[in-house]
Amino acid sequence: MRLHAPESTVTFTFDGRKLKGVPGEPVSAALLANGIKLVARSFKYHRPRGVMSAGSEEQNALVTVGHGAQAEPNLRATTLEVSEGLEVSSQNAWPSLRYDALAVNDLVSPFLAAGFYYKTFMWPRSFWEKLYEPVIRRAAGLGALSGQTNPDTYEKAFAFCDVLVIGAGPAGLMAALTAGRAGADVILADEDTAMGGRLLREREDVDGKPAGAWVTEALAELDAMPNVRRMTRTTVTGAYDQGTYGAVERLGGAPSADKPIECFWRIVAKRAILCAGALERPIAFPNNDRPGIMMASAVRAYVNRWGVVPGKRVTIFGNNDDAHRTAADLVAAGIKVAAVIDSRDDADISGDYPIYTGAQVIATKGRHALQSITISHNGGTRTIQTDCLAMSGGWNLTVHLTCHMNGRPKWREDIASFVPTPESIPGMVTAGACNGSFDTAACLAEGAAVAAEIADDFGLNAKATVPAADHTAYSVTPLWAVPGKGRKWIDFQNDVHVKDIKLAAQENFRSVEHMKRYTTQGMAPDQGKSSNVVALAVLADATGRGIPETGTTTFRPPYVPVSIAAMGAGSQGKGFAPERFTTSHKATVARDAPMIEAGLWYRPSYFPQKGETHWQQSCDREVGYVRNAVGVCDVSTLGKIDIQGPDAAALLDFVYTNMFSTVKVGRVRYGLMLREDGHVMDDGTTARLGEQHFVMTTTTAAAGLVMRHLEFVLQVLRPDLDAKVISITEQWAQFAVAGPQARALLNTVLDQELNDESWPFMACGEVSVAGVSGRLFRISFSGEHAYEVAVPSRYGDNLFRMLTAQAEVMGGGPYGMEALNVLRIEKGFITHAEIHGRTTAFDIGMARMISAKKDCIGKSAAARPGLLGEGRQQLVGLRAKGRDHALTAGAHLFERQAAAIRVNSQGYTTSVCYSPTLKTHLALGFLENGRARHGEVIKLRDHLRDITEEVEVCDPVFFDPTGGRARG
Amino acid sequence: MRITCPNCGERDRREFYYQGDALALGRPADDAGLDDWDDYLHNRDNPAGDTRDLWFHEAGCGAWLVVERNTVTHAVHAATLAEKVKR
Amino acid sequence: MGYSGFRVIKEGLFGQKGWKPVWRDPDPKAEYDAIIIGGGGHGLSTAFYLAKEHGMTNIAVLEKSYIGGGNVGRNTTIVRANYFLPGNSEFYSHSLKMWEGMEQELNYNVMHSQRGLINLFHSDGQRDAFARRGNAMINQGDDAILLDRDGVREHLPYLDFDNVRFPIYGGLYHPRGGSARHDAVAWGYARGADQRGVDIIQNCEVTGIDIEGGVVKGVQTTRGAIKAKKVGIVVAGRSGQVAAMAGMRLPIESHVLQAFVTEGLKPVIDHVVSFGMGHFYISQSDKGGLVFGGDIDFYSSYAARGNLPMKEHVMDAAMTLMPVIGKAKVLRSWGGIMDMTPDGSPIIDKTPTEGLFIDCGWCYGGFKAVPGSGFSFAHLMATGHHHEAAAKFRLDRFRSGAGLMDEEGTGSQHNLH
Repeated sequence: MRLHAPESTVTFTFDGRKLKGVPGEPVSAALLANGIKLVARSFKYHRPRGVMSAGSEEQNALVTVGHGAQAEPNLRATTLEVSEGLEVSSQNAWPSLRYDALAVNDLVSPFLAAGFYYKTFMWPRSFWEKLYEPVIRRAAGLGALSGQTNPDTYEKAFAFCDVLVIGAGPAGLMAALTAGRAGADVILADEDTAMGGRLLREREDVDGKPAGAWVTEALAELDAMPNVRRMTRTTVTGAYDQGTYGAVERLGGAPSADKPIECFWRIVAKRAILCAGALERPIAFPNNDRPGIMMASAVRAYVNRWGVVPGKRVTIFGNNDDAHRTAADLVAAGIKVAAVIDSRDDADISGDYPIYTGAQVIATKGRHALQSITISHNGGTRTIQTDCLAMSGGWNLTVHLTCHMNGRPKWREDIASFVPTPESIPGMVTAGACNGSFDTAACLAEGAAVAAEIADDFGLNAKATVPAADHTAYSVTPLWAVPGKGRKWIDFQNDVHVKDIKLAAQENFRSVEHMKRYTTQGMAPDQGKSSNVVALAVLADATGRGIPETGTTTFRPPYVPVSIAAMGAGSQGKGFAPERFTTSHKATVARDAPMIEAGLWYRPSYFPQKGETHWQQSCDREVGYVRNAVGVCDVSTLGKIDIQGPDAAALLDFVYTNMFSTVKVGRVRYGLMLREDGHVMDDGTTARLGEQHFVMTTTTAAAGLVMRHLEFVLQVLRPDLDAKVISITEQWAQFAVAGPQARALLNTVLDQELNDESWPFMACGEVSVAGVSGRLFRISFSGEHAYEVAVPSRYGDNLFRMLTAQAEVMGGGPYGMEALNVLRIEKGFITHAEIHGRTTAFDIGMARMISAKKDCIGKSAAARPGLLGEGRQQLVGLRAKGRDHALTAGAHLFERQAAAIRVNSQGYTTSVCYSPTLKTHLALGFLENGRARHGEVIKLRDHLRDITEEVEVCDPVFFDPTGGRARG
Repeated sequence: MRITCPNCGERDRREFYYQGDALALGRPADDAGLDDWDDYLHNRDNPAGDTRDLWFHEAGCGAWLVVERNTVTHAVHAATLAEKVKR
Repeated sequence: MGYSGFRVIKEGLFGQKGWKPVWRDPDPKAEYDAIIIGGGGHGLSTAFYLAKEHGMTNIAVLEKSYIGGGNVGRNTTIVRANYFLPGNSEFYSHSLKMWEGMEQELNYNVMHSQRGLINLFHSDGQRDAFARRGNAMINQGDDAILLDRDGVREHLPYLDFDNVRFPIYGGLYHPRGGSARHDAVAWGYARGADQRGVDIIQNCEVTGIDIEGGVVKGVQTTRGAIKAKKVGIVVAGRSGQVAAMAGMRLPIESHVLQAFVTEGLKPVIDHVVSFGMGHFYISQSDKGGLVFGGDIDFYSSYAARGNLPMKEHVMDAAMTLMPVIGKAKVLRSWGGIMDMTPDGSPIIDKTPTEGLFIDCGWCYGGFKAVPGSGFSFAHLMATGHHHEAAAKFRLDRFRSGAGLMDEEGTGSQHNLH
């Protein structure tokens, strides 16, 4: 029922039933207006529940919205806006909300007390996974995800400001006005659809006019200031270091493909003013959870702001003066007040309705909707017919954000609430109700004062003019739980009642953290916003302590639940990480090459040709190109670092194990790089282009790591070295040209003829490539006569097409990663499969590359006794004894007769291939004392793929051991 | 978390790479012996309070910084170019 | 007092009046045979096994706050034995076997659920590394199955196989992996230890360790001096501070690891799933909350809270891998302090002080180690010898370089595993 006929209505559905609502009002208001009391079922006992609050702290009225992939569970009906066609469904009920089978839990609740599950379900052992747990899991949970890929759009954004004002009630509005007028850059954020906070919900005057009118003027003034940004529907969810705040904005309105439904903000504020207000808390009395029992402030909000009548005969139960506003507002709205029950003997109240002071509600009736309450009064009891009970146990300050950086709130006895500890969040101050100042006049004054102070700190001139407003004092006498029998709910969402907390205390879960964890109080979707203080008061009572000694649990972010999609916006699908493409990407894809990820890069696996049905065929053919004719491969993804300066050579001597100062200009050398812990970090070739100019290559995977490492050495360890480094990976397109015809192929694109004298093995220098200045390196990762030719990236695509076209004329062509891998395994060249972070130069047979003549990174640690000796697993080659038997990587190595168990494992394989060159299966691996065991036949065992093979240990260089082909 | 880079001003933590204790500045000689190297590579004061550690402004100017901050409060007191500290 | 279904029903009928404290709150005695500093999972299980396996009942656990309040009370509850390096392999295998009998051993339902763990891989190289791992697991006698893409799809049909940034090549399936109710583990061990006479003393902070002539004599606490013949330090997150009381510097940096839980949802994720390219792992609790986490925040910290960049990174990983959970809402995030060692593996060892022992450096993997660690540490404290399952967790491995256990291959220096 509504107080007035609304101007316009839309149709939405609840559990399929068509209902009228006012666009933009909360679904909870529309449900109440339609007389719907039963809205949800509770978590554990499936008790019938109705709307309890009018804000994001709602414990009961959780619903699912939408259908199909867009279905969204666990939304609060109290913050969900009514729109045309909105589909709202109840959840956690089967077969229907009204007749919920699992309500049987409520009947057996004596056996389901707090922590009962720790004490049973243990026999027989296997029944936990098979029987007990599946039943529990199906019963647990609230709403259900759709099970489909999230189809909606979300966004993330950054914002910066001088002053972030959190909450736009009287204190927040006044703070924003004051800071804004002074010229500060202000963001005012509020989670409601409209700003004004309490001023929209209470009947009060500000500045001599109705509060709502004052709010309208204030907002108009704020909107006129270019230095003020107002963010409605925006909940500040967390406070983080150095003035960073997380906030989630619900964009509202009808969803569309090009508009995000939520935006997650990272707001960086020099200062912040928390004006988050306070939340009313319930009172624990028997069956205080029936649909129709609501917070008094919510009743006022529904009546005053949305014109909705929550009940025809409303009763009010409170322990503070504030509750009596409710009666006055109801009377003003023409709604019958059936009784006001105040637990205080000395409550000084009057009104034209029955008033019971020193009274308490001791029972309620009405399964799906409240019908009556029973009160104790003057030693007797009295039953009152009522369909809506407004309760108020006083106010908890919304201190949550002040606790996000481990701040602990302090208990203030006079207002029976925790108050924020100043400076809990550097740069944040609190004002208004969340600071313990309840009346509107104080809120306005505090908001203005703290903002003026901040403006002053910024050197701005702020004038704090505060309008006149209500200044009625707040008076409360705590009443946490009504004595007597019956289940008195504290955490409505998780079905925790007074007895649960007493049981926890009885079993010595006396620490507030133990109580929380044992009973699950405060762990429901509302995070204990309403229940925490009542729970710990009951715990304090049960353990004979005061509330301050009992303390609170820690409020942690987020303040309201935030969707994973909002905080992970942009990452669905490919957005998770950047994609890097080489200059040959288009030409490669055009050849139907399957692309594989190499870190962030994409590289071709192989280049299929007509008639080939298996990658192995393509790979074998491509290996043949290189061994017999010429192959072309894009190697641009390898890291390239330009190093210049008088001490460039000294830098290289320090970061590589081997000497680079002795490399002649125009020559390339292979280098091995260690981490300071003595293990191999990376390897690659470095070319000396000039006396003071080198170009280093790194592996694709380690490009960023090596760059950071070089800067570390130059800035942290050796700032005495005069050298500079810069990444040029993306500036140069680089192609390997490998095979007996490599020189002939290059001679077709180079402007000068290559020969052995001008370009011997390991030579490098500038060349002109079809008129373009390029670089040429005679290096080989295949063991063949080979070069790498580099041109500025803009010429990469062209050069790749030229090289591959020409190669094809010469009986060769492009080759991919599969062939590249086979070629290097045949030669025993290592990759990160071998230098996987745990191997040393000694392990890979390169101990001699650690120069004795100089210090280098990792040298000392590599000399530790534990990293040397026979016990180490050393790099070996392995040949299958059976010709057609494939080997697998990741298999373990054993002596022939040994059982394949851990204590016998002597090593493992790292890389395997079929060698079309040697017509056999090969592997690289590590084997205990392996270098001394060449010729020995051992067992390879792969349990996972059920492969057992005899393999012969050999030198890792399977092909052309003298290296004549590369030099020739 | 935000760090004020001497070159770039106050920047978000996500632009920086964290390395660890600034004792890394004092690299022992190669013949310093196992104990010195053990202390350099492994053993840490690991203070619950003020600390000095090394950060790299990787997505910024590329400077290695010595950052003075507090491991309990996450307050950042100062950031200095590592090469200046070393010299 | 034994727990059973019968007992639950009986107490239900009689108003739960018969339940006794799960552990007592005794005042500290002047002297104990052994003191355990730290009432977390590892400390409580150490006390339990000292009493159960070695008959040492005149012992105390000293906890500065409330028991189970450290990492055992703030983790993502994953239990697994999928390590591959010698040292770790046998230890976690042993620990998992102990999990499998824990409920019966403790007469406490810790809800250990072997739901199966799947580690996804996203390249041939990762597959090979996981194959080595899986084979090592089977060598050790544990279970591992290498799944190809279709195999993963059978178990986890809800992953985004088509659009995920790093395609799913397959997964290493560890059927005996799973999860447990973390708090219950601490309480169960506390109850078991208490029943055997162990004094669990909360709100008792150790402020000094008394050493005379290289021999430990006892500890100073906020509740007075307590003598002891043996003292074990088991204080993950504060190891450096407590070890400093004995003049030690540890190879440990403290870091914060965040974790997240959503609101309760009907069953959607049955396994424990780990994303190889995104440092992301997730399971669903019995209550229905999705419990998940990622990597450490990457700066040394004792603040037990994290910052947005890592939170967002974790959500990013979730969205690329399983956008099906996009509309689930994060209810709570928290941070725990991790003892990060150079090689990412723990330390269970004697110290240079006679009678003083240390169990630390569990990095972000300590929860699944709770039974094995307590069992092995109790063995070391009681007998003076390393238990064979934890014989390689030596403090001196960093100095010597022998027996480093760098599972991730990122280094045996402080490279933040």
